[in-house]
Amino acid sequence: MQYSSQAVAKPYFIVSIALFVGQILFGVILGLQYVIGDFLFPEIPFNVARMVHTNLLIVWLLFGFMGASYYLVPEETETELYSPKLALVMFWIFLAAGVATILGYLLVPYATLADITGNGLLPTMGREFLEQPTITKIGIVVVALAFLFNIGMTILKGRKTVVNLVLLMGLTGLAVFFLFSFFNPENLVHDKFWWWWVVHLWVEGVWELILGALLAYVLIKTTGVDREIIEKWLYVIIAMSLITGIIGTGHHYFWIGTPEYWQWWGSIFSAMEPIPFFMMTIFAFNMVNQRRRQHANKAAVLWALGCSVMAFLGAGVWGFLHTLAPVNYYTHGTQITAAHGHMAFYGAYVMIVLAIISYAMPMLRGRKAANSRKSQVLEMWSFWLMTVSMVFITLFLTGAGVLQVYLQRFSDDPLPFMVVQEKIALFYWMREGAGLVFLIGLLVYLSSFFIGSKDPEATLESA
Amino acid sequence: MGRRCITAADLFLPAIIGCSLQINVLPPNMTDSTQIRRYPPGDLAIWIFIIAELLVFGIFFASYAFARANNVELFNTYQLTLDRQSALLNTLLLITSSYFVVRAILSIQADNSQHCIRWLLAAMAMGLMFIVVKSVEFAHHLGAGISLSTNTFYMFYLSLTFFHFLHVILGMVILTTLAIKTRQGAYSATQHDGIESGASYWHMVDLVWLILFPLVYVMR
Repeated sequence: MQYSSQAVAKPYFIVSIALFVGQILFGVILGLQYVIGDFLFPEIPFNVARMVHTNLLIVWLLFGFMGASYYLVPEETETELYSPKLALVMFWIFLAAGVATILGYLLVPYATLADITGNGLLPTMGREFLEQPTITKIGIVVVALAFLFNIGMTILKGRKTVVNLVLLMGLTGLAVFFLFSFFNPENLVHDKFWWWWVVHLWVEGVWELILGALLAYVLIKTTGVDREIIEKWLYVIIAMSLITGIIGTGHHYFWIGTPEYWQWWGSIFSAMEPIPFFMMTIFAFNMVNQRRRQHANKAAVLWALGCSVMAFLGAGVWGFLHTLAPVNYYTHGTQITAAHGHMAFYGAYVMIVLAIISYAMPMLRGRKAANSRKSQVLEMWSFWLMTVSMVFITLFLTGAGVLQVYLQRFSDDPLPFMVVQEKIALFYWMREGAGLVFLIGLLVYLSSFFIGSKDPEATLESA
Repeated sequence: MGRRCITAADLFLPAIIGCSLQINVLPPNMTDSTQIRRYPPGDLAIWIFIIAELLVFGIFFASYAFARANNVELFNTYQLTLDRQSALLNTLLLITSSYFVVRAILSIQADNSQHCIRWLLAAMAMGLMFIVVKSVEFAHHLGAGISLSTNTFYMFYLSLTFFHFLHVILGMVILTTLAIKTRQGAYSATQHDGIESGASYWHMVDLVWLILFPLVYVMR
């Protein structure tokens, strides 16, 4: 660790991982509720579990992005963070707001939560992924602004690199597009139209800039390849992400009451969305192949490479599967969407946050460059357990989705939704099994922070 | 001299395996450095970008063909409402500007940055005229109440030409940057990768129009 203020990243990473565990526990509960509908009812109904599962994901990724920025920006700018104290204050505010919100979901009925948080004054609740009470949303904006101020001031006073400028662009976009969560028009078409400006333009727009910047940073650090080469790739990747991703929003506008041209625009542009992800895969493998030095932290390199492959498969290939309007006409809102959502989020965003945690955490915990060999072996085991089980989760959900599309929408004699759900239950059971393996992988991941932490640091020869 | 043909594989394979692209078309024993040409010219990154852009346009054109095949009469009818003279003028403007960009490259290869700047400015003037002519066309259609929802033909006409229009604007930004950097002395006979990259992009914008013009305005 070159700058002492990078240390503020550590609590962000710790909370990030803790919330990740919470997300997966609720995922396992949800998976079981697909086949045993009243499991844990009425304590944790399906809709609440789903809300907690998705909201925790977003919040822990945000913690991860913030931690990553606090770690990366001082090194990139070659200066201490503008205000480590502000970063810590915001950490506690964000944590308190996040925990209070999740407890609110779990302890009181959602309608009561809306009442007691004054949703009536500025109604923003009740929409998928944006379920947070309005006061939580205001809290998120405050935290995001303070965070941007802190990062922006640091970059202003220090060295400007392509990595930190792309990161800053992504983070600014993240904050700006979140503001659309306050826009809640009464017309349902308008409501859905702008809702995607948060949901889509985050994950298929500005978050890709953050992903690109973090990946570039980890690769610069672990491969020693010329910054100039890595930055050039970053330019091309982000340009393609934006060209395809922004108008690609149209693939959500096929059937919500928007004009017909969105079916063409959405299909054409989003069909190109795999390109930047494919470039990212080529980029990551090339940089590692052209590396000028070995890095003792093999686990971090594994996460970075894995991220580029899984993001391409999950976001690129599985997204393309159902992005063309004539296909989406049948697949819209089926388990195909769930399959894509799982692998895309895991591949693109979970893995990049784990990559940067893997790279930074050893230094934050006082190591010179890497964990002990034993810790790294465990971490790499967790990589394979989680990644392979996620592949299976995706495949089982895809199987469920294909059957669902056929039985419910395509066959000559379409069956009702619930009848189909019973017929595809076997796939849900298998998905639950894969989910349990994922949980085991996560436990192995946690153990890698404790087992071997007293052992000597891995060297190039032993790693 | 035994020049080797540049195949598609030369363009794509290095991009895929990512090695730095330094293909000499002259035999390796050729020592006179001024004789050596690198293909493709400019930076590898711009070629990956160009290929991706061409793919987007390619899919757009294929979609146009698909939609037209299903609505031949509609497309034929409304195609007649387009201003072919303006489009032809625009075609000539873009081809001329591409020629000027070629002259700019030749000038910098001869280490004459003054001429290079002049040719770049001339190319930009052509681009600017394209923008004016196209804007008048857009204004005419929008003034007549035509929108993306009028019919499938107009949807494609407006989308394709506007998407291309945005590329002309981006190309102009690139040419402006090149002219400024040339003025600052950033390029020379031995180092002009930047100009070659920008020129390649501008030719791509031109090339796309050369397909768009007959496809949308002329072919029946």
